[in-house]
Amino acid sequence: MNRRPGFLVYGLLTAFVLGSCAPLYWSFLVGSHSREVLTERVPPLLPGGHFLDNAQRAFDAVPFWKALGNSLLVSTTVATSVVLFSTLAGFAFAKLAFKGRTPLLVFVVATLAVPTQLGVIPLFIVMAELGWVGSMWALIVPGMVTAFGVFFMRQYLVDAVPDELIEAARVDGCSMLRTFWNVAVPAARPAAAILWLFTFMATWTDFFWPLIVLPASNPTVQIALQQLQSGYYVDYSLVLAGAAISTLPLLALFVLTGRQLVAGIMQGAVKG
Amino acid sequence: MTLDSPAVSPVGDGGDPERVTAAPAGAGSPLRGRRPSPWRRRLSRWDARLSPYLYISPFFLLFLLVGMFPLLYTAFVSVHEWSLLGGQGDYAGLDNYRRVLEDRYFWNALRNTVSIFLLSSVPQVLIALVLAGLLDTQLRGRTLWRMSVLVPFVVAPAAVALIFGNVFGDRYGLVNEALQAIGLSPIAWHVDTLASHVAIASMVNWRWTGYNALIFLAAMQAVPRELYESASLDGAGRVRQFVSVTLPMIRPTLLFVIITSTIGGLQIFAEPRLFDTQGLGGSDRQYQTMTMYLWELGWRVRDLGMASAVAWLLFLIIVLFALVNLLISRRVGTLGGRR
Repeated sequence: MNRRPGFLVYGLLTAFVLGSCAPLYWSFLVGSHSREVLTERVPPLLPGGHFLDNAQRAFDAVPFWKALGNSLLVSTTVATSVVLFSTLAGFAFAKLAFKGRTPLLVFVVATLAVPTQLGVIPLFIVMAELGWVGSMWALIVPGMVTAFGVFFMRQYLVDAVPDELIEAARVDGCSMLRTFWNVAVPAARPAAAILWLFTFMATWTDFFWPLIVLPASNPTVQIALQQLQSGYYVDYSLVLAGAAISTLPLLALFVLTGRQLVAGIMQGAVKG
Repeated sequence: MTLDSPAVSPVGDGGDPERVTAAPAGAGSPLRGRRPSPWRRRLSRWDARLSPYLYISPFFLLFLLVGMFPLLYTAFVSVHEWSLLGGQGDYAGLDNYRRVLEDRYFWNALRNTVSIFLLSSVPQVLIALVLAGLLDTQLRGRTLWRMSVLVPFVVAPAAVALIFGNVFGDRYGLVNEALQAIGLSPIAWHVDTLASHVAIASMVNWRWTGYNALIFLAAMQAVPRELYESASLDGAGRVRQFVSVTLPMIRPTLLFVIITSTIGGLQIFAEPRLFDTQGLGGSDRQYQTMTMYLWELGWRVRDLGMASAVAWLLFLIIVLFALVNLLISRRVGTLGGRR
């Protein structure tokens, strides 16, 4: 709607944004005070000086460094692999002619709606057979290419690469792979960046599958968080300091790339 | 340049060799004009024919291995006795399904899942629509507003659950302190069934409302502005314009969001699982969801046969819900069109 927004619109938006940030701030607030703060009638509004103490205790309680390393390794590998294979497949679906292209693409789209989480039991059995239970392979391999990624890259490349450019490359004697590398990859870069970010975040925040295949001694960040809270007595300044730390890497990524994330969600919506 | 090949039209032909035509000789390249050797031409043709399949094969191979096969094999496991440690046992027919359907915790989990799903998806879609409407104005600092509503999306469900578990604490929780401060009695968020569902649903709402608002916003921006102008000439106010112009125009997107949140919402796990320290959904399973029930059967009771039966039942329920959603929104759509 075209009219200039008034105070009401700005007021409502401000309220919403405050609500969006409040729980995260609360996590940092509690995580930066000693544990007695929660028993006070009126909670403090400003952070205290105990964040590093609490963080230290969290790192002592669970293998947090290892968890951060594991999450970084798995998320980076999965995101990079998804981008590589999805761009290849998206390029083929968007720009190359082959028998069965349309039905195969329909199949890819249909698998988007399949709740694959429900296949965890056989997947676990397969991982056990391969001896991957407890290792990062169990997290990396199943995530290496996704239907969403293929479809997303296909939708982007359909418009981003002119057919003439591919023909010209072929006339010049480029092999298919070279054509892909010299023509499709440069054009795909903006979409590839967005896909990488979303895949990284989805992998970083995954909880169900890592909980099933990883032991307590070799966790990802989300599993380490779960360990922080186990036991009958919960020290919330410790737990919420951990929650804040686990969010910091994604928050940093968000500050750097929030613009692309917003664009990605909005593009995906229009095209998907 | 590895291959001096004739042009193969990359689009529009089904790989038919008859359509391969010689490149028009050009002056630019020193290689042009020389006839390529037959084996090179053949190589190039095979390159054009096989490469597409090669490029799409990683997805299909992986999907077969970790998507399709597990789903189908779940059916196989579900008709066998199958323990986590002992592996495959005797054929059991539909016995696992019978045991699941006779278990009161199955029905309890189903009720909880549907309840949490409704409490999270309905307000979420409504608030996201309003928020998108607010964002679809000529705001100052547009990008900053859009980024701000996306902040909760960077917090992982596990962290959200820990934070909200504390905020909704039965003693010393922020919400209960606030309730008492204004003279109301505190609520047993971790004991009362409905209250726990509200708390868990609020985690989902908090994390996803801004995300969905951006999806709606994108759809709203594609609505032709002339429609608003003519509606406004007809005397429609802003709210009326929103209901009569915006909503019907973004119906496909609405449907997309509702269906994806159905598929995701019915599989909710991390939020209820981490709402307390025990991870079983409350002392009397007040907030144990279907996926938590599946996990408990598989990795606590260690009965993969029964857990697989639950997985298949949950699969059917999700399909059913998606279909019901589709039908309802069709209905609503035709009603809206008639007005």
